[in-house]
Amino acid sequence: MPTDMKLPELGENIEGGDVLRVMVKPGDAIKKDQAVLELETDKATIEVPSSADGVVKEITVKPGDKVKVGQTIFVIEEGQAGGEGQNADAAPSAPVAATPQPAAAPGAAPKTEKRKAEVVEMTRPKPVAAPAPQPAGGGDGGASIPAAPSARRLARELSVNIQDIQGSGAGGRISMDDVTAYARRLLSGLGGGRPGAAVAAPLPDFSHWGAIERKPMGGVRRTTAHRLTQAWTTVPHVFQQDRADITAVETLRKRLSKKSEAEGRAPVTITAFLMKVLAVALKKFPQANSSVDLQTDEVIFKQYVHIGVAVDTDRGLLVPVVRDVDKKDISQLADEIAQAAEKARARKLSLDDMQGGSMTISNLGSLGGGPFMPIVNWPEVAILGVSRARMEPVFIDGEFVPRFLMPLTLSYDHRVIDGADGVRMLRWIVEAIEQPALMWLDA
Amino acid sequence: MTTRVAVIGAGPGGYAAAFHAADLGMQVTLIDAEPNPGGVCTFRGCIPSKALLHAARVLDEAKHADEFGVSFGKPAIDIDKLRGWKDAVVKKQTSGLGLLAKSRKVTYVQGRATIGNGKTLTVDAAGGEQHIEVDYIIIATGSLPTKVPNVSIDSPKVLDSTTALELPDVPNRLLIVGGGYIGLELGTVYAALGSRVTVVEMTDGLLPGADRDLAAVVAKRMETYCEVILLETKVTGVKDDKKGLSVAFEGKNAPVEPQIFDRVLVAVGRRPNSTIKGLDKTKVTVNERGFIEVDGQRRTKEPSIFAIGDVAGDPMLAHKASHEARVAVEAIHGHPSVFEPRAIPAVVFTDPELAWAGLTEVEAKKQNLTVEVAKFPWAASGRATTLGRPDGLTKLIIDPETERVLGVGIVGSGAGELIAEGTLAIEMGALAADLKLTIHPHPTLSETVMEAADVFFGESAHVYKPRKK
Repeated sequence: MPTDMKLPELGENIEGGDVLRVMVKPGDAIKKDQAVLELETDKATIEVPSSADGVVKEITVKPGDKVKVGQTIFVIEEGQAGGEGQNADAAPSAPVAATPQPAAAPGAAPKTEKRKAEVVEMTRPKPVAAPAPQPAGGGDGGASIPAAPSARRLARELSVNIQDIQGSGAGGRISMDDVTAYARRLLSGLGGGRPGAAVAAPLPDFSHWGAIERKPMGGVRRTTAHRLTQAWTTVPHVFQQDRADITAVETLRKRLSKKSEAEGRAPVTITAFLMKVLAVALKKFPQANSSVDLQTDEVIFKQYVHIGVAVDTDRGLLVPVVRDVDKKDISQLADEIAQAAEKARARKLSLDDMQGGSMTISNLGSLGGGPFMPIVNWPEVAILGVSRARMEPVFIDGEFVPRFLMPLTLSYDHRVIDGADGVRMLRWIVEAIEQPALMWLDA
Repeated sequence: MTTRVAVIGAGPGGYAAAFHAADLGMQVTLIDAEPNPGGVCTFRGCIPSKALLHAARVLDEAKHADEFGVSFGKPAIDIDKLRGWKDAVVKKQTSGLGLLAKSRKVTYVQGRATIGNGKTLTVDAAGGEQHIEVDYIIIATGSLPTKVPNVSIDSPKVLDSTTALELPDVPNRLLIVGGGYIGLELGTVYAALGSRVTVVEMTDGLLPGADRDLAAVVAKRMETYCEVILLETKVTGVKDDKKGLSVAFEGKNAPVEPQIFDRVLVAVGRRPNSTIKGLDKTKVTVNERGFIEVDGQRRTKEPSIFAIGDVAGDPMLAHKASHEARVAVEAIHGHPSVFEPRAIPAVVFTDPELAWAGLTEVEAKKQNLTVEVAKFPWAASGRATTLGRPDGLTKLIIDPETERVLGVGIVGSGAGELIAEGTLAIEMGALAADLKLTIHPHPTLSETVMEAADVFFGESAHVYKPRKK
């Protein structure tokens, strides 16, 4: 009995597409799940599988036609299409799908007539559902993907889904190079989808207007570019500015510095001093020592106080982290900051040295300029920007007196810190700088 | 800032976890009831059984040497010396592991652990109770032999794998309950030493789970070792009387009268050892079979507790445990490691050995997968002939569409060593053509892997089969 074969459901939000190629002709015996039609949708090029075994009687579509889900595409005579033993030498006119058919993954939904089509070729970035920074404990689901264990591990480490990668080797085997190339394409925005990846709008051809030169970014530059894109697109920033009167603290700092230098240690810097103040502030404002987990709708509060320091190096910006700031005295912090900066410039920092911070200090004071607004060093939620202090007249008790004022900006993640708390925290920091005793009295 | 980890159980999962954690800079405590690391595998499993199987093999080869004109006469077996040698092998391995623990600065605590919560535990060590605070706990408590009611009776004549490996004596008549790998391996040992062995198995074939064509090769040889193999039969009761153990049977091939045996070895399987004191006070869950439930990183429902090895699920194999150990430790270390093997090789050390990796034919059938099977019989292998062991078979299970190797099964002398190539092929996503195009050394048994791939293409030099297409 002739039956109409209709365009099956092809996937979420795919209503239909343009017929690129008809892969069978009248009289062909076809098998269920055999690819019969190539369809271009707005998401991908898809091979449409047959929903039954049978013989093609009539084809009601041709290349170029627009077809919708549910529309009749063939008329077939149902029945066995050649029966057993045909697997190895499939019907001559039916090209064997190039992609390996994933073996039924454990827990996969049983195949039904309305099986979703295999996506065989990505013409445009596939929309990637959720940012899945390696689900803790997730397996790779792609049990039939031909890739060596090392390539699979690399894919996990780069947070790319190995199932999305087209292998370049025999039988579609995915090499480490394929993984790297795919990850790079995603990062450059061509592959799209990766959370925080620069999904860049296409650039104009600049050579139109004069000579240009393309240079690959160096490692640090590239990481900075991607990390900051991630931070900027993930974190809803608020910037709170203030100025701290450091006249008194400067006197104290210079005295401590002299003592340290006499002992052959690093001079006590304003950064070391700020670090000490921040350590106490983070205890008082624990939401600034947290991270936001939107996967679970939880805020992760850190019970440690590790503070990162932005260091300018010839390769670019690096942020080593000083550990357990709350348990160290100021000269020790000054030493560790000096060592970390030295290590950064000598290219000796390990990845470990730059991870796990509670908050970051970025001090551009030595370079001059006015106040600036730093970007939060995600997944941290706050950063303190420090600018050059200047002697300014301040109106105190009916007269102008010269005071040494240092501009500060607290940039923070509004998802976890509200404006009122932001200003309270920065006020507290300013007051603690002006009257360090507060740190002990009001901690 | 140093991560502190406690590992409960020092078998091939536990000690691998402890050593790897120490190598990654963690502060590690390894807890086990034995004086040294090693676990069941090293103390009373893989290692002692292989030592005894080696002796069995020498005996068997000496016997068969007759066929090519070399006769040794009847062997004299000094059972005490053999036992001593086996114990020395175990001692060498375990004390070596103890030294390795020490040199890695792993704190080894001898005793049994009670879990306080996800971050504390207590050990009833010899010198008094020790309280340990850690960041993570890895449970690697392994498994125990399964007991059968009415069969595993309280008698020194009824053995399990542990007591059988102690080699108490060479019983005249030995009954082995269970035709799985443990029963057949130990049966091979005792038969070689001179016992008259009876095997009783509930299902319709030896080595249930293995592909039938492979198991058949082992069964054929086992028949020559054993007095009798009773399939589709089970033991209903064992009584200890003066003459020995009186055993009653039931089933297709059951003897009508109870039979008398000098010893009975119960080897029907192993069960996870998940009864750990204090575990119920954590969020750790245990499934109906007794396995601790874990995710892909081997993390339990209690975020600071991981479980690996036999206690965390099938297959209960030492090498699976050590691989899981690395995954768990790397997960603790912050790496995105996941347990996702394409193939876990399994080896049965019978004579001949049987080994497989990846998909089996049985499994392919169960999952309704279309596969093509290419077989190379060892009778066509020059090397097998020179060894006098043509009783072997190498087969590849291949995806007909992509021609990828999905599974490898080998039975034959030394199959356990040969399977590694198959495992690597599966993990690397190798095609049948890759095995075919790789030059294998001649004359070796490894050529059978290449020739099985040749058979797939109808191009084997030593098996004539018309070419496809």
